[in-house]
Amino acid sequence: MSEAASHHDDHHDHHPSGLMRWLTTTNHKDIGTLYLLLALVMFFIGGAMALVIRAELFQPGLQFVQPQFFNSMTTVHALVMIFGAVMPAWTGFANWMIPMMIGAPDMALPRLNNWSFWILPFAFTLLLSTVFMPGGAPAGGWTMYPPLVLQTGAAFPFLIFAVHFMGASSIAGAINVIVTVFNMRAPGMTLMKLPLFVWTWIITAFLLIASIPVLAGAVTMLLTDKFFGTSFFSAAGGGDPVMFQHIFWFFGHPEVYILILPAFGIISAIVPTFARKPLFGYSSMVYASAAIAFLSFIVWAHHMFTVGMPLAGELFFMYTTVLIAVPTGVKVFNWVATMWHSSMTFETPMLFALGFIVLFTIGGFSGLMLGVTPVDFQYHDTYFVVAHFHYVLVTGAVFSLIAATYFWLPKWTGHMYDEKLGKLHFWLSVISVNVLFFPQHFLGLAGMPRRIPDYSVQFADWNMISSIGAFVFGFSQLLFVVVIWKCVKGGEKATAQVWEGAHGLEWTLPSPPPYHSFETPPEPSTIEGGMR
Amino acid sequence: MAAAHTDYYIPGPSHWPVVTSIAIFTMFVGGATTLNGAGIGPMILGAGFLLFLYVLFGWFGTVIGESESGIYNDHVDVSFRMGMMWFIFSEVMFFAAFFGALYYSRIYSVPWLGGEGSGAATNQFLWPDFVASWPLLQPPSDYGFSSFKETIGAWGVPFWNTLILLTSGGTVTWAHWGLQKGNRQQLVLGLVLTVLLGATFVTMQAMEYGHAYHELGLTLNSGIYGATFFLLTGFHGFHVTMGTVMLFVILMRSIKGHFTPKHHFAFEAVAWYWHFVDVVWIGLFIFVYWL
Repeated sequence: MSEAASHHDDHHDHHPSGLMRWLTTTNHKDIGTLYLLLALVMFFIGGAMALVIRAELFQPGLQFVQPQFFNSMTTVHALVMIFGAVMPAWTGFANWMIPMMIGAPDMALPRLNNWSFWILPFAFTLLLSTVFMPGGAPAGGWTMYPPLVLQTGAAFPFLIFAVHFMGASSIAGAINVIVTVFNMRAPGMTLMKLPLFVWTWIITAFLLIASIPVLAGAVTMLLTDKFFGTSFFSAAGGGDPVMFQHIFWFFGHPEVYILILPAFGIISAIVPTFARKPLFGYSSMVYASAAIAFLSFIVWAHHMFTVGMPLAGELFFMYTTVLIAVPTGVKVFNWVATMWHSSMTFETPMLFALGFIVLFTIGGFSGLMLGVTPVDFQYHDTYFVVAHFHYVLVTGAVFSLIAATYFWLPKWTGHMYDEKLGKLHFWLSVISVNVLFFPQHFLGLAGMPRRIPDYSVQFADWNMISSIGAFVFGFSQLLFVVVIWKCVKGGEKATAQVWEGAHGLEWTLPSPPPYHSFETPPEPSTIEGGMR
Repeated sequence: MAAAHTDYYIPGPSHWPVVTSIAIFTMFVGGATTLNGAGIGPMILGAGFLLFLYVLFGWFGTVIGESESGIYNDHVDVSFRMGMMWFIFSEVMFFAAFFGALYYSRIYSVPWLGGEGSGAATNQFLWPDFVASWPLLQPPSDYGFSSFKETIGAWGVPFWNTLILLTSGGTVTWAHWGLQKGNRQQLVLGLVLTVLLGATFVTMQAMEYGHAYHELGLTLNSGIYGATFFLLTGFHGFHVTMGTVMLFVILMRSIKGHFTPKHHFAFEAVAWYWHFVDVVWIGLFIFVYWL
């Protein structure tokens, strides 16, 4: 053993205890845990905001909150859920699982890893403190369109800096994932043997590095327009407010795949495990993910069909958008084909994965409808759009996050979770989430606009049903916390493999795994390849 | 790829990252309150900046100490290289946003305001007297934005600055050759020249800004031309300044005898960064000053 190795041996079991352990940790599992806990807390903060929205919309007329506050809730709910819940949750899974899946001792850049996490609590302090500021929290929508967003009060520079800060965290996290996968793989772990979660995450990381800086540029221009007299988004100076939308969505569309691509990796891990069959079409899954990532950079203007664009632009962005259905269809086909003639069992992770496949596909179909330019002219900014992106984000991204948590919780804690409670959590969630979001399709098609605290009486019935679904769904998630808490505290001992059909390097480590994952690289013969 | 994982250096617990976050958080709070007009803002900003300087010395100091003690093997070195490469790529994308704004306003928004394409009604109802041109000396409205006399020509200071930056790319490479040959004199001389050229560039750019503000009337407020001009060249100038500081640190380390002909990631990272700044400048020279 070299000097270097003995040097790190000095360190790795001597970490400070208590708060200092978590503040200073460079360990991928500790950092992963921190990310996942932050995401869970943010999920409930953002969820509480969603319940304010749904409480206000329970009936027509104004009930509980002022319109300005309502608008703050829609804005901050979105920012918290996207940047505070889903993205950190994915980075948490990346931290926990990628080193174990590729046979590495840790992430490649451990101190940078600590920093990318410890930015986030500070960034969200900046963002959430605006709720208490004069003029209230940002209320112009999470997309921050000028000129509306420039009317934000004291919160405005805090919003901009919070976005910069979160962006720095995402870029640092993405760099770490890419470097880890390309430089830390165990001998024999070739690229086409990588588990799909690793593949989808590196593609996500490329999207992050290419798109987040563009967002940083866009919000910087907002800041100088507001405080330093520039005219990027003011026609009076020769700029164009629509230009903001172009720059924003150049970031924004890759961003939605940042939220969903790792989910594809999760489903591709869970379905083969519980179907007890290798994944159908592994390499086509890899190529489809890459194709989706490429296309995500040339579809952005489908978010802005109604703002005014040359006809050639409307057509180009419609065709590229609809083209995304092809690689996405490849994925859904492969998951279904994996289940064909298999021997499936329905543990909680599998239930959530199946829920994902059905419900995400519904969200995909409504996305196709929205992608067709002339049709979008009617749907734009209605509740149909809200229904669409909540199907892909809640029953898509969030369901897969929950599925992944149940899937790996026994590996992390060394205990089996309570299967009965897990199943109850699934059934409550899957029913209530449809009660919550399915009626919003009808509301949108009938013309109910989004981001408005009041509505015309003909929308009353479906809104009431949707709000009931929202409260059931929201409170059902407390059950998730109970299951996690019980599993951390104790329960039936988990084996190393945990699931009968589980394959992959992470299942060769004991449950819970050692502090540093693979001190010595795994035997090349134990590497089976990502089909599993 | 890993031959032996156990050789990979994994640093122990570190307080630097979280202190970095506290420093930047303090700077953001100070900056935001300053922009909101609170008197205490600049003091908070200053306190955050001091803490940030402390972090820069402390964190980089730790890393330099570890590097000199020889615990970074080739495998760790590859991680650093990949990390720096992707960081620079993220910077490229940051500049892409501003170049995008420049192209969009030149190709679309300004001509549309002048009535081109389907912009006839826009022109008629907003500012019928507005004539589209580039550079846009006279913004559509005087309300909030000012006109200016002329732009900074490409073949004066910007041309000389182009030569300066290209030469500095050469001198830093020459210094690298010196380092690889073990010729420390050439290394130090090359770095001194590069730092001086970088500082000259920044000084000339600052003088040019003074000229633009005071004699040409070209300011941040000068419509979309002023906005794109100052944000693009300003962020570039900031990057050149940071690059010069980084080169200066490398120079000091070279004088102290750091780096070996085989092991000098920090030198190369800064050199890459310097070339990146150089390439961005070529883009600026062509699209902002020249065309």
